[in-house]
Amino acid sequence: MKFGVVRFPGSCDEVDALMACRRFADARLLWHGDRDLDGVDVVVIPGGFSYGDYLRVGAIARFSPVMAAVKEHALAGGAVLGICNGFQVLCEAGLLPGALLPNSGLRFLCRQVDVEVVNRDTPFTRACAGGDTLSIPVKHTSGRYYAPEEALSDMDAHGQIILRYAPGHNPNGSVSDIAGVANRDKNVMGLMPHPEHAVDTLDGSTDGGCLFESLVEHVEEMAERVAGAHA
Amino acid sequence: MSGSATVAPHRALGLTDSEYDLIVEKMGRAPNGVELAVFSLMWSEHCAYKHSKKLLGRLPTEGPHLLMGPGENAGAVSVGNGLAIAFKVESHNHPSAVEPFQGAATGVGGILRDVFAVGARPIAVLDSLRFGELESARSRYLLDGAVAGIGHYGNSIGVANVGGEVYFEDAYEQNCLVNAMCLGIAQEERLIRSAAAGVGNLLVLMGARTGRDGIGGASVLASAELDAGDDSKRPSVQIGDPFEEKRLLECCLELLDRGTLASLQDLGAAGLSSSAAEMASKGEVGLDIDVSRVPLREEGMEPFEIMVSESQERMLCVIEPERLADLEEVCGRWEVRATAIGEVSASRRLRVLDGAEVVGDMPVEALVDDCPLYDLEPQAPAEQIYPAPARTLESEDPHDALLALMGSANLASRVPLFEQYDCLVGSRTVRRPAQADAAVLDLAADGAEGGIAVAIDGNGRRVACDPYTGSVEAVLECAANLACVGAEPLGLTNCLNFGNPEKPHVAWQLERSVAGMADALGELGVPVVGGNVSLYNESGEGPIYPTPVVGMVGAVPDVGRVSGTGFVSEGHTVALVRAPEATVSRDGSELAKLLGEELPAGLPEIDVAATWRVIEAVRDAVREGRLASAHDVAEGGVAVALAECCLAGGIGAAVSLPQLGSDQLFGEGVGRFVVSGPVESLEPLGDLAAAIGTVGGERLEIGECSWALDELREAFGALALAFP
Amino acid sequence: MKARVLIRPKEGILDPQGQAVERALPALGFEGAKEVRVGRLVELEVADSSRLREMCERLLANPLIEDYEVQVVE
Repeated sequence: MKFGVVRFPGSCDEVDALMACRRFADARLLWHGDRDLDGVDVVVIPGGFSYGDYLRVGAIARFSPVMAAVKEHALAGGAVLGICNGFQVLCEAGLLPGALLPNSGLRFLCRQVDVEVVNRDTPFTRACAGGDTLSIPVKHTSGRYYAPEEALSDMDAHGQIILRYAPGHNPNGSVSDIAGVANRDKNVMGLMPHPEHAVDTLDGSTDGGCLFESLVEHVEEMAERVAGAHA
Repeated sequence: MSGSATVAPHRALGLTDSEYDLIVEKMGRAPNGVELAVFSLMWSEHCAYKHSKKLLGRLPTEGPHLLMGPGENAGAVSVGNGLAIAFKVESHNHPSAVEPFQGAATGVGGILRDVFAVGARPIAVLDSLRFGELESARSRYLLDGAVAGIGHYGNSIGVANVGGEVYFEDAYEQNCLVNAMCLGIAQEERLIRSAAAGVGNLLVLMGARTGRDGIGGASVLASAELDAGDDSKRPSVQIGDPFEEKRLLECCLELLDRGTLASLQDLGAAGLSSSAAEMASKGEVGLDIDVSRVPLREEGMEPFEIMVSESQERMLCVIEPERLADLEEVCGRWEVRATAIGEVSASRRLRVLDGAEVVGDMPVEALVDDCPLYDLEPQAPAEQIYPAPARTLESEDPHDALLALMGSANLASRVPLFEQYDCLVGSRTVRRPAQADAAVLDLAADGAEGGIAVAIDGNGRRVACDPYTGSVEAVLECAANLACVGAEPLGLTNCLNFGNPEKPHVAWQLERSVAGMADALGELGVPVVGGNVSLYNESGEGPIYPTPVVGMVGAVPDVGRVSGTGFVSEGHTVALVRAPEATVSRDGSELAKLLGEELPAGLPEIDVAATWRVIEAVRDAVREGRLASAHDVAEGGVAVALAECCLAGGIGAAVSLPQLGSDQLFGEGVGRFVVSGPVESLEPLGDLAAAIGTVGGERLEIGECSWALDELREAFGALALAFP
Repeated sequence: MKARVLIRPKEGILDPQGQAVERALPALGFEGAKEVRVGRLVELEVADSSRLREMCERLLANPLIEDYEVQVVE
């Protein structure tokens, strides 16, 4: 089981994500200029300011060579997790619905928030306990999730809203308190909170670990199924 | 040669007639325009430290952990296991007063470059800010812009901002202070110096293209072709680009990993001129620079403009010619521009070429070492020179006083600022801003045994009351903050922000402040690893409060044992730790400010050795890991410290103090701590700790006085109003 | 030829920057400014203006949240 963490010019939390992944499985960095994912099972698009985020958050990263490979990986059913800027990139790339707008307060905000797991039946949240509230930090300037009304009810109907900020914890004005969403097939997920900064008792919370654990369980189960099918 | 020497330009450039005469003597002829521009910057206060260098020699610069002292881009101390922490604090006061967002942002960018120029990966930024009173619209504008700028640069480049401080005083209304400190980590053997070496080696400029940023005063040298009135062509505001710097940083660190570079230097004040001259001077060589090869952002720039431009995000390195292809490959991958612009010569001269034409030719020694150093002429003023602050609190009732103090701009919670900074990136942060008196970084993933703590301090009003004692306090206060997280000081960096040193009373402030700092550091055995001096911070209304800002880095053997500021558990004992003879006084305190009292001309003398023993005792007790909380008593005295412990822990306390006058409750003086824990956790502190009460409940009770945590919390949140 | 692309938040999308400016104007004595929207201006030189719209759709704007307007200047 191997995680691959993409490094764009301007990524900031790629080493943080790499170290967090390594607590649960193998992990390596993937260079933005490479088209080869080196056989990783899960791709993580980390936080930061890819390409300076100069035109619009996440807008330029989606055209990098590695993103073509990430798209192929996702279309083949492979798991992709976008954290913060990674979430923005996945929305811009059309792999996730919606968009991320500047925070309603217009300022960068770094704060520990409580997040509720809305859907535990996904590769990203299967290891989270029922009724879990996760204490995970957010840190971003553009984290206000937006999708048109019809799209939201469609997403809701298909269980694509995965995480919501707990009451009183919405830090950015996101519609319906949305903190994380998945695609229809539930193999691509993006979230604004940073689970990689909540994996050690020294972080003050280990609640982010369940996302990585879930992915490890998911990949191992898929491997068993494939092995079973071949047996 | 272009340009011509007349008497007028050198004055316009800030050189005195006698300095100009000395330049002519050293050159053996009159300097041309390019040379005059370069000299004027190299001999400026900023580069030559001509009014402070003699004084700075009094500061101790030796210590058991010191690896690299003053004179390099940043100093460094050893943290064991072959690892070094490089750090430095620097001012960006004047640019921030002109344009707070870009001024503060480029201040952060500059100090980051200082740190990676020595081969260290930046891991943390702190800042120290001073503005006029919050009631002033201009101060709020500067605060908002500076905080946004610091956040923008640090957040975008991915270096954690782990703490800082801000004070609001009328004395800074016309001269805000923006000081930024950066820490970086490196393998000891990978620390690189900036001395240029190897005759025939190439000088390579990396990073952003050069524009007319920050040319400012030197524009008087512009030739007639440029319309003198066309200021739009010469912006004095430098614009920062953190994305460019991020690539430059990663690129430089990779080049150092590969051993490609012979030396590295950042481009800061005075741009190419200063960087090249410093590199040549340290390497005892000469440098030939061809300005026609410098990639430009604007057309028609003159040689002197290229030499003095302060465009950001540029680095200068020296490499062996056969390494050029390797360098270009790495730079290409990081999309960093790299251009060979010159080479190392044996001449000990800085030669400026424009293609084949020599447009400047100066002895390196004259540029770097021959600027005259001036003796200060200090004279203590007959009376306090600063006016009494405006009274804002009418009641002296302790209940009202504590609420007023908790809600005052200088004491209110800094969380509304801290939240605008990413304090987590890098995954080293164990104690975030406001969680403990110092930030704590875990270095386990870097290969160290434990971690480090870092704090930055400097209360200008206390120094205005007594430059000597106030500066002793600044050092001890910083050490006390480190002690609260169990850290032993390894080294200190300072930024001396003062007024015009040519004025006798400012010279006196500067001289007494450095003496106080030197004496305190001598007692603690802590060296200064480097720093910065910012002078001439004054307006028609007089100088700023003398503001020596000190940043201290300490070793934390076990980051798992670090306690925080907040009370933890019902039933824990609350104790006040202090030297028996500790002096506490309301003079010069925050309460005195709110009551509009005059600044005293002098503070009670401090027994540094006794205070240091208390600080060490607290540090050792924290290191044992049994104390639940530790907090240094600073501005606002014991009452404010207790309230902060309650709010940070979300739990009340009931204490009794021997006396309940406002001096006892709100008096200030360094070397006191509020700690809590199971009663046996206090044993190691012996007689130094006096049990004063118990943790618990929803209120803070001090003798007869009592406050609901909610009312304290509401007052403490006052600063949120500054960030609507 | 020179082209100019104006990009602004779509009608109905909350524009906190626009609101901040709208709030700040009266504070400076400029009364009566309404419906402030803050967007971006992209200037570029192109050989073939026929593909500008495509550039906007794919990169310069995010059609989900932004409107754009293409002007060929000369």
